[in-house]
Order: sequence, then C-alpha cells, then structure tokens
Amino acid sequence: MDYINQFLFGILPYIAGAVFLLGCLVRFERGQYSWRAQSSQTLDNGPMFRWASIFFHVGILLLLLGHVFGLLTPQWFYHGLGLSTSTKQLLAIVAGGIFGAVCFIGLTYLVWRRLFNERVRANSAPADTFILLLLYLQLITGLLTIPVSTGHMDGAVMVQLANWAQYIVTFRAGAWEFIVDVHWIYKLHVFLGLLMFLSFPFTRLVHIWSFPVIYLGRSYQLVRRH
Amino acid sequence: MSHFLDRLQFFRRDTEEFSDDHGVATDESRKWEAAYRQRWQHDRIVRSTHGVNCTGSCSWKIYVKNGLVTWETQQTDYPRTRPGMPNHEPRGCARGASYSWYIYSANRVKYPMIRGRLVELWREARKEHDDPVTAWQSIVEDEQKARSYKSRRGLGGFVRADWREVNEIIAAANVYTARDWGPDRIIGFSPIPAMSMVSYAAGTRYLSLIGGTCMSFYDWYCDLPPASPQTWGEQTDVPESADWFNSTFLMMWGSNVPQTRTPDAHYMTEARYRGTKTVTVTPDYSEASKFGDIWLNPKQGTDSALAMALGHVILKEWHVEGRSEYFDNYVRQYTDLPCLVLLDQQDGQAVPGRYLRASDLSENMGQENNPEWKTLVRDETTDDIVVPRGSIGFRWGEKEHHWNLESLDARGREVRPRLTEIESSEDVMPVAFPYFGGGGNAHWSHTDHDAVQRRNVPVRRIRLADGSEATVATVFDLMVANYGIDRGLGGGNVAASYDDDVPYTPAWQEVITGVPREKVITVARQFAENAHKTQGKSMIIIGAAMNHWYHMDMNYRGVIKMLMMCGCIGVSGGGWAHYVGQEKLRPQSGWTPLAFALDWARPPRQMNSTSFFYNHTSQWRHEKLQVSEVLSPLTKPEDFQGHMIDFNVRAERMGWLPSAPQLNRNPLSIGREAATAGMDPKEYVVEQLKNGNIAFASEDPDHPANFPRNMFVWRSNLLGSSGKGHEYFLKYLLGTENGLQNKDLGDETDLHPQEVKWRDAATGKLDLLTTLDFRMSTTCMYSDIVLPTATWYEKNDLNTSDMHPFIHPLTAAVDPAWESRSDWDIYKGIARTFSQLCPGHLGRETDVVTVPLMHDSPAELAQALDVADWKKGECEPVPGKTMPGLVAIERDYPATYERFTALGPLMASAGNMGKGMQWDTKEEVEALGDLNGRQEKGSAKGQPKIETAIDAAETILMLAPETNGRVAMKAWQALEKNSGREHAHLVAGHAAEKLRFRDLVAQPRKIYSSPIWSGIESEKVSYNAGWTNINELIPWRTLTGRQQFYQDHKWMRAFGEQLCVYKPPVDLKTIDPMKGTRSNGNTEIVLNFITPHQKWGIHSTYTDNLLMLTLSRGGPIVWISEKDAARAGIVDNDWIEAFNINGAITARAVVSQRVPEGMSMMYHAQEKIVNTPGSEITGNRGGIHNSVTRTVLKPTHMIGGYAQQSYFFNYHGTVGANRDEFIIVRKMDKVDWMDGEASGDAMQVEGV
Repeated sequence: MDYINQFLFGILPYIAGAVFLLGCLVRFERGQYSWRAQSSQTLDNGPMFRWASIFFHVGILLLLLGHVFGLLTPQWFYHGLGLSTSTKQLLAIVAGGIFGAVCFIGLTYLVWRRLFNERVRANSAPADTFILLLLYLQLITGLLTIPVSTGHMDGAVMVQLANWAQYIVTFRAGAWEFIVDVHWIYKLHVFLGLLMFLSFPFTRLVHIWSFPVIYLGRSYQLVRRH
Repeated sequence: MSHFLDRLQFFRRDTEEFSDDHGVATDESRKWEAAYRQRWQHDRIVRSTHGVNCTGSCSWKIYVKNGLVTWETQQTDYPRTRPGMPNHEPRGCARGASYSWYIYSANRVKYPMIRGRLVELWREARKEHDDPVTAWQSIVEDEQKARSYKSRRGLGGFVRADWREVNEIIAAANVYTARDWGPDRIIGFSPIPAMSMVSYAAGTRYLSLIGGTCMSFYDWYCDLPPASPQTWGEQTDVPESADWFNSTFLMMWGSNVPQTRTPDAHYMTEARYRGTKTVTVTPDYSEASKFGDIWLNPKQGTDSALAMALGHVILKEWHVEGRSEYFDNYVRQYTDLPCLVLLDQQDGQAVPGRYLRASDLSENMGQENNPEWKTLVRDETTDDIVVPRGSIGFRWGEKEHHWNLESLDARGREVRPRLTEIESSEDVMPVAFPYFGGGGNAHWSHTDHDAVQRRNVPVRRIRLADGSEATVATVFDLMVANYGIDRGLGGGNVAASYDDDVPYTPAWQEVITGVPREKVITVARQFAENAHKTQGKSMIIIGAAMNHWYHMDMNYRGVIKMLMMCGCIGVSGGGWAHYVGQEKLRPQSGWTPLAFALDWARPPRQMNSTSFFYNHTSQWRHEKLQVSEVLSPLTKPEDFQGHMIDFNVRAERMGWLPSAPQLNRNPLSIGREAATAGMDPKEYVVEQLKNGNIAFASEDPDHPANFPRNMFVWRSNLLGSSGKGHEYFLKYLLGTENGLQNKDLGDETDLHPQEVKWRDAATGKLDLLTTLDFRMSTTCMYSDIVLPTATWYEKNDLNTSDMHPFIHPLTAAVDPAWESRSDWDIYKGIARTFSQLCPGHLGRETDVVTVPLMHDSPAELAQALDVADWKKGECEPVPGKTMPGLVAIERDYPATYERFTALGPLMASAGNMGKGMQWDTKEEVEALGDLNGRQEKGSAKGQPKIETAIDAAETILMLAPETNGRVAMKAWQALEKNSGREHAHLVAGHAAEKLRFRDLVAQPRKIYSSPIWSGIESEKVSYNAGWTNINELIPWRTLTGRQQFYQDHKWMRAFGEQLCVYKPPVDLKTIDPMKGTRSNGNTEIVLNFITPHQKWGIHSTYTDNLLMLTLSRGGPIVWISEKDAARAGIVDNDWIEAFNINGAITARAVVSQRVPEGMSMMYHAQEKIVNTPGSEITGNRGGIHNSVTRTVLKPTHMIGGYAQQSYFFNYHGTVGANRDEFIIVRKMDKVDWMDGEASGDAMQVEGV
C-alpha cells in the first residue's frame, strides 16, 4: 500500500511533469499545425454554447489561479499577510465553490454538446471527448471535496496538501507522506490532476500555452525583416 | 532551427521600432509562409481540354503535383486575331474549372464493373462451356436467365471485375450476335466527335470493322436544324464567335449567349462597346435578355409567327418597294427567288407545285445531262426562259464543268434573272396557300382565318414539252403572296397596312406571340436598314431553344429568310449563327477514314438515331399524333395515310433514310446464300425483296430477329440526358423497372400501322449494354458492364469547335487513374479479344450492306419528279435509285485487331473524299508510314501503324485538308474540276505546311481553308459560313444550287411547307388521361415543359459535380412562374412532382419572375442519381427530364434521294423534337427518400 502511495504521489508527479514539459516541447517543434484549440464554434455557435464557453473558461481559469495560490503559497507568507490557516481554508471553500459552480454549469453544457450534437460529435477525435470528460470528472471530484472539508475547518488537511505540492516542486524527498492519510476524495482529485498533466501534450489543452496575452502590450504592426 | 528556441529571445530582442512605436520590425522566422506558397506550386503544366459536347473547346492548363491533377486554369496562348479585333482568350468558364474534381471523386469509375447477377451466370456458364461464345449463347438463349439480369438493370448490384473477363464477355456477345443475328445488330452510340475525335473514332472504328452500326447524335439531340440542309444543302455551317464582333446589328434569338457560350460571350459585349445594336428574343428573362437594347419576348413556341411578321415588313419595305440594289442583286444571284415554279391545278384551284425543270420544256432546253435536275429562270433582258448554271444537275456527270454561280446560262450567255412578273405580265391568278394558325395545341392563341388563303399572284403561261399548257410563277412572287403583302393585284387575304388582321402582319402576330406590333416594325426596319448600309452585317445568333419544337423548321426558315432577304448570308459580320451540338469537326475528311474504317471497307453502316429509337424503344406503339393533324389543308388525307412509323418505313424502303438493323435476316447469311445460289449478292437481295423472302427489319420490330442486341455507349449519357422517351427505353429496350404511365395502342384499334406488323410488344431487346465512362452516370447505372475510361486529363486526343478556328489537343497530364484506360485502348483491347474468339465462329464473310441515297454523291439525283414505292408496285426496285444501294463487303473477322491497328490499303488505292470531292492520298499514306512506322507481320503487314491514340491523331492530321496544306490543295483542285473556276489560291500559301500532334501540344493552331467548309481561314476575314459561295461562286449543294426559300419536294408540299408558314405546336395528348385522376390533395396545374441548357453543369461538367451542386440547389430543379406557383400553392424550394402519361419527375421548385406564365423550365441532364426522392406517381425514384417526353417524328424530315434533301449521317433526317410537351405540376404530399430498409427502394434491396 505504501508503495502505491509512494508511486502515485511521490514518483508519478515527476513522470507526469516530465511528460508534460517534454511532450509540449516536442509537439511544439514537430506539430505546429496541431498546436491549436480546435474550436468547434463554427459547427455549432448557438447562444447556449457561447454562454457555456464563457462560464467554463472563467470558472476554470479562476480555479487554476486558486490552486496555484492555495497550494504553492508558503504558510509563512500568508500568515505574514494576516491570513490564518482556517480563514484561508474558508476562502478556498467559498471561492472554489463559487467558481467551481460557474465552471460546472458551463462544462455540463459543453459535455452534453460534445456528446449529443451531431455535427460536433462527428468532428470529435477520441482525445477531444476524453479530455473533456476528464475535466468534468476532475471538476466534480473537486467540488465533492467541499463537504468533506467542511468537517475539519481548521485547515490541517489543506496544509498537508500544500506541503505535498511544495515538496514536489522543490524536489524534496517524502512528499508523498503528507497525503497518505487524507480522505480518498482528495487523493482521487490529485491523481486525476496528474493524469491531466500526463495527457496535456496529447490533447487540445496545449492551446493554454499560447493564450494571446501578448497582444495586450505589443505594437500594432509587426514587420518581419526577412 | 527550433520553433521553441527561436522564441527564447528574452535577452536579444533585435527589434527596431518605427512610427512612434506603432510598428516594430522583428527577425521572427518566416518559414510558415512556405505553406501558402506550396499550395500553388506544381510539378508540371499540361495542355488539355474538356472532351465531350461543350462547344467551348477551350484550351486549359492542367496542373500536376505529386503525380496528381490538382487544378486547371485557362490557357492564354492562342494565336492572335488581327489588328482591330479583340483576341480570343481567355476562353473557359467556371464549369470547366471545376472539372478536375471528377478525377479523384467518389463518383469515378475505377474498375471494370459488371452486374452481379450477370457475372454469376457467366461464371457458371464458363464452367460448363469452354468456348466463351457458346457460354454467352447459353445465357441469352435461356429466357429465364436472360430475364433475370435484364430486369435488374438500373437497380445497382455492380461488382468489380477484371479487364480480361469483361473483354471476353463483350467479345463473346459480339461474335455470337454477328454470327447468329447479324453484325448490324451490334450498335454504338457516341456524340459529337469534334470534342475528342480519337475517342469517338476508337469505338466506331471497331464497330465499322465488324459491320456494326454507328448511331447519329445531332439529329437525335434535335440540335440539327433541318432548315439548314433544306435551305443550303449543308448540315450547319456558322460564323466563328470572333465574327460577332464584325456585326453591326446582332440578334440573340433563343440563344442564352452569356450562360451557354460563356467563353465566346466577350465578343458580343465587345461588339456592343463598339456600338453594335443588340436585340434579344427569348420568352423568359434570360441572362442574355439584359444585353438586349430591345428585348422581344414572344410566347414560347411562336417564334415563326414573329419571324414571319418581321419578314413581312422587310419584304414589303425593301423588296416590293425595291429600295436596295444590294438586296436585289444578292437575291437574284444567290437565292432561288427568280426560279420558276409550276402551279398545279388541284380541285379547281392553283397551288404552288414543283420547280420548272429543263426536262419539262421541249428538247430538254438542250441539256443532255440531268435535265430533270436543272431548274430554270427567265432572263430579264431577253424575256426567255434559260438554264442558269449551278443547279445540281450541273454537279454530276457533266462533260463541261459549269457547276458555279456565275451569272451565265448553260451556254455561257450573260443572264439577269427576273425576280417578278408583276410588270411583265397581265396575267394574275389566285393561288391557294395553307394557313395553320387556326389549329394545333389549345394552349396557344389561334386566329380564325381560313385554313386556305387565296391570294393573287402574277403568272405566266408556257407550253411544256408534251404540248400542254402550264402556269408558272417566280418564287419571289409566290413568297410575297405567302407573306400576305398587298401589291395592288386585287383579291383578298392581303394586307395594305401593318395594322390589318391578315397573316402575316405585325398586327396579326400580336395575338399569337404577345409582342407589340410597334416593336416588331422597329426591329424589322433597323435590321434591314443596317444590312443595306453595311452590305449584310446583320447577324442572328440562334440556339436550340427554337429548334426543339416539332415545327422547328418553320421557326428556323422564318429567321433564315430574313437573313437571305437582306443579303446577310456569306458576309462577314452577318448571317445565321446557330451554335448547338454539331461543334464542327474541322479535320473531318481526315478523320472519317479512321473513324469508319474506310481504309479497309466502304461503306460503313450508319443510322439516324431518332428513327432508330422511335422504332426500337417502341415509342411508335404509343403514338398519339396522327399524320392528318399535321398535313396541309390543301392535301387530301387519303393520299397520306398511315401511322408516323409507316412514313419512316416507306422512307427506308425507298432509300431515303438508313435502316438498322437493316434487313430482317442476317446479312452474313444473305452473303452466303447468294454465293450458294451463284448470284451477285445485289441481284439476290433484289429478287428476295421482290418475292417477300427478305424485308426490312423495321417492318417487324418486335420480332426477335430484328432486335438490336448489343449496344455500346461511350462519351455519352444516353439514359441520363439525351434519351427522349426515357421510360420507353427502360421498358422496351432494357426490359427493366420503369415509370411509364400509359398503355400502347392495344390490339383493338384502327390506328395500327399499315407497313409494320403489330404483335405483342417485345421487352428487354438488348442482350448487352456496355458503357464506357469515367463517372457513374445514370447510363452506367442501367448498363450491364461499365468500363472505366480515362478522363479528359488522362488521354491524348484532338479537339475543335465551330466557335473558333483552332485545333488543339487533349494530352495526358497523368496516367489513367486506378484501372481506367483510354477509349482507344479499351476498344483496341476488345478488338483483340474479339479476333481471338472468332475462329470457329466467324471467318472471311460476305456482308451485304444497304446504303441510303446519299447527299453529296450521284445518288442524290435519284428521284427527280415524283415519289414511287416499289413495294406497292409503283416502280421497279433498283438499288441506288428507287431503293437503298446494296454493297457486298468482304470482312476478315479474325483480322479485326490487325486491321484496327493499321491504316488499310484502300486509302492508297481508292483515295479519300469529302462532300462530293475526291482526291488521291498516296503521298500521305507514305508519309504516315514513315512517321508512325509500319506493321511488320500479319494481315496488315506493310501498312502504317495506328497503335496508340497519338498514332490515330497523326493519321487524322496527315489525311485532313484542314491540317495538311498539300491535301488542302488537292481538295481545292478537285473542286475546281467541277466548278470550272480557280480556287486553290485560297490555300496556296500553306501548300508546304502540315500540322503534327506535337505542334498542337505546343500551341493551338489555326486550320487551313478547305472546300469541305463554306468559309475560309484568313488573316483578312473572320470565318463565316457561305463566304466561298458568295465570293468564289461555289454553288450551295441544293437542287437549284442557290439558297432556297422554296422547297418543292412532293412531301414538303403535302405538309404545306413549300414556303415558311406559322405552325403552332402540336398536341401530344399526354395530359388529359392523368389530370385529376391520381390526386394527392394538392392543386394540379398544367405547364409547357422546356428543357434548356444548364447553368450549373453544362455538358462539360455534367450535373453531379459537387462544386457545381454546391453553387446551385444541389439537386433536380424545375423553374416555374410566380403566378403559376401561387395558383398551385407552391413556394420556392418546395418539392414538386411533374408528370404526364410518359412518366414522372421529382424536383424542387424554383419560383421566379424570370419565367412567363404557362411555362416551366427544367435544365436538361439533371441526373436522377443526385438527391432525387421517390415519385408519388410511379412509386419509383423520380426520373430525368426525359421521363415526361416521347419522340415524335415529322415526315418531311424523312425525304431522301432528292438533292439537298438526301440523307447524310448527322446531316439530314428525322430529329427528336421535345418542346411541345406538357406536364402536370403539383406540390408533393410526402417526400420519400427511399433510403430506409423497409421502404421498398429497389436500389437499396439490391445492395443488401
């Protein structure tokens, strides 16, 4: 049992991370034409879709930010800001709950559309459907952690998870030991997250790398010299 | 180097800002731009074109990339025109540019295909029989087996086969049919050789070598205007489109130039920029209409009424009043207006009879040779009747050569022919003219003028050779009376004013056509005045729209008369510009020997398709139109009794029309029997015909001995497009599922034919239908075997058109894809297998061929004064005179392949010929042997090789006057021998030149002037028909040698068509039995059914091209007017059904203000294989446009053995009219796509 925990939460993160980074690099080099979001908007562009897409993207982006802040901010840092552990957990539950719900509404429609809209269905590769369902499952497990978390509002579990994450990204041994004892729903959520990193380079998620934020600051006209 | 590393430039940002930071120059990689550049890069460009039907004949660049054809663009390297004229290019249209889609489309025929049931039977039979011929026999002679595959035609179930097997089946069927039934039971249909002449020739060469029958297309398509051979003795000869630019008054009459002549239309618009006035005449607001300074919109089918009124104004204001010396001289020298016509006494009244001939007067007017074929005029100076030169009697057998249009008589005295006797004669006589405008189809307006119109005509009395007195009048005086013009001669039925209600005034036509009289008068005046001032530069571009009516000859003659009255024919910038279907095969006389194997045996078997299909698809069994309905009111119906087919049978018997199958016996057995009897085959046949042992096959078409049994279709979509009476084809010829909605005449009727045996109808006459195509067309769907042929970008061939003077090639950009082969290679392969299967069945055989009395041969002088049927004992059967000629041909069947691939010895020994001229070809045969090489063994040893399509093209180019200057010289010199005038100067500058295939690949080349055509190729004048007749004084190939306003054959007179008259459309009686009897609850309306040319798929791309379907509505459509639509509760894009007793069509409605009320339009050739739902009427899938039509014959087109009214292939004969048809239209109640498993769709069931 320990071995499994060690593998899933101590070794798999590095495998997933390596595949994620190297995979994206290779795809960027070799598959320029496949580096895209593959939007299906031209196939079905109803008002429902447009709202669902916005809900989903807003929700998921804020959830991502929340995770980065929640997992990777050292304890001393937010304590220094006057934020107690339990307040931070409450913040995480409330913000995560709200954005999770927003994302859930959007994603539910997108999943339904992907599966049951004839035109979209016919144009979906297996990877498109897979990644969407994976996201959906991930979102649901994330939301399911809320009722579990409300049972221990002291933030201890949150700290355990944050430590795990910080140990992983700082290459310290024994990270996995922090989450051996957490509720299985957290473990499932973490595992699905790793699976997402693992499959990231093989799906349309690569478009996240290329969000066109540069437009906000660049000159109006670009001229390539040769 | 690396997309990622290239972007890591955080520390070396080598950028340069400009325009206050609004822009920035960077060093980012531009490699991605290659993707866009490569899209338009290619490995090579090859010259080709689109090889069937389209008159465009545009040269195209075909782009090849990675071994695949990727796209095509227009070639722009035609030789220049001349200063002052726009150039030809770019030629081509969007439809041509979409063609390459076909090559790799799902619709491409990739492998030889055969119906599953047939191949099962074949493989079983081959297990039992070692000999393929016996195996085939065991299938087709077993009623049940034969029925089992024939009844599945059109129902899918094709399986892939290999070439060896299909060649064996086809060859075995051919050997069996030739051996047991006769080679003339093997027939082939392919249209318009001009567009890919080698492909055409491949099939006809094979058929001609084995004695098979080649079918005509031009007459069958109803694109042949019978008015042209009637008037000029010419199939159709027209100006090149560049000559439109030289016109100063241009009419577009029933021709939708921008839509259907797209690559040429620029000359029309350029002429307008230069100031040419344009007038369009179309019932609908077509794309051409908007180009008209004046638009006339007569009710459809009434064009001849409009033309007669225009002619009335022109004749009255210019000829009766004598205002133009140019017009006057023109009609005297170049037309039959001064010719004398006998007036016959008939029931106490005078009617226009035949031309007075030299033989009618004492001592034959001194003419020993053909006096009965020499027409007469009266000389104005001497007041004597004289024999002017140029009539057809001078063409054949003359000792001194005077066949020309010099103003001299036979003895060389100057002649000024007199046009009218109004000044010189006191004698005026009422002459009776027929009037047809009071009858016909109830859907057209009628007037209540008398059916017989008596009008006063100035006449002269003369004494004939037999001592009797006769009355004669000039054609001019008769014609003025026919137009109803008052000349102050008293009597009735003539108009002094244009407002008089007398046929054929502008006021009279208003009632019939709906065109305001003022517009008619304006157009007539401007047309004539322009012609007068420019000496003939008024032109009428005319399309098949008017030619597809039953009385098309009246529409056309009405128009042609306007042109002839104004001296426009034969003048650059003027004339009659009919562009439909014939697409001039410029090197024709070089091609003919190759195509019909004249290098091995002469003559070939050729057949006019209209009569053939009328007969063998049993459309005659359903005939509703009685001959009496179309006879002249001046003719006694009892003198012209019988069914339409009786007239055709009589015409075949008298040698007027060809027949196929020819006799009711195998012509090979006849050859053997004659040998056994020790008789000359010719005499033997005459004897057997007389005693009734042999008859014509057409006299008993339902007898199995007379079935056409094998049929090849190539370069054609016979069953998806041109097969008039489509459902009759399916039922009788193919024996399969059909949507026919009426029974035949039945056993209990007095309408049965007199000459044709009535017996139970035969169905499924064809044993084997083989189609060669590159796409799975409707015709392929109904065939037993489909052979995959090369597309137009995968083969080598030649292409010409009447629209421009160039010859240019098709060349293979890539090899034929999948297992396809070029037509040449396919027929070569069949010929090889055929030869291999012959031993034991066919060896050296004597084949007795019947030949009709041919135009441009001495036989055109066969029956001068009267019509006599030998079978009724009215005369003796004399081959080549009173009946078809008979020729015994020796065939060497096992040598068929060797003959196919070599130019035979007859070219050197018998020479070549064309349009009545003959010349020697020894030098050309030598040169061809040097060029192509010679066969080294076999029965063709030493003969020039014709192994490949390029060899075949070289043969054509070497032998044709148009592509070999030396041959052109010889042809002109041959004509000089007959005309007695010098013509060779026309081509002297080219005498040392000839064109080779690779020359054409380098650039399209202008052909050389040749006497085969009536215009010249020059740097000074654009090509225009009749130019050499006018300028070189070469007679027209008519009875009078002149352009004929008048037609004097007995049958022409019987049907009231001596002169042009208005005849309303006929009543085909296809609506009443169906109207209201099969209601689906929706309102039914009755509309006239018009089938014009496509916008989204003219011939060149057909209608199943995805690109064109995407641009249009993507399936079958019928245009109807807003008013009719409202009446029937139809809105645009509704599914509608159109039906009558012939069958049913399902389509979407296009509701448009373009269409006049009472008319519907269905673009022709919309395939039933694309988006066609099931019919509520037939229960089958909806049909094609011809599902609601049936062919109906016109007896005047059958006339033969009579100068210009003599048969020639694709030149003269019955035509397949289809525009008098009506349909019932209603909204569909339920649209059934028949694609469910339980829907009963036969195609689906067969697939399972």
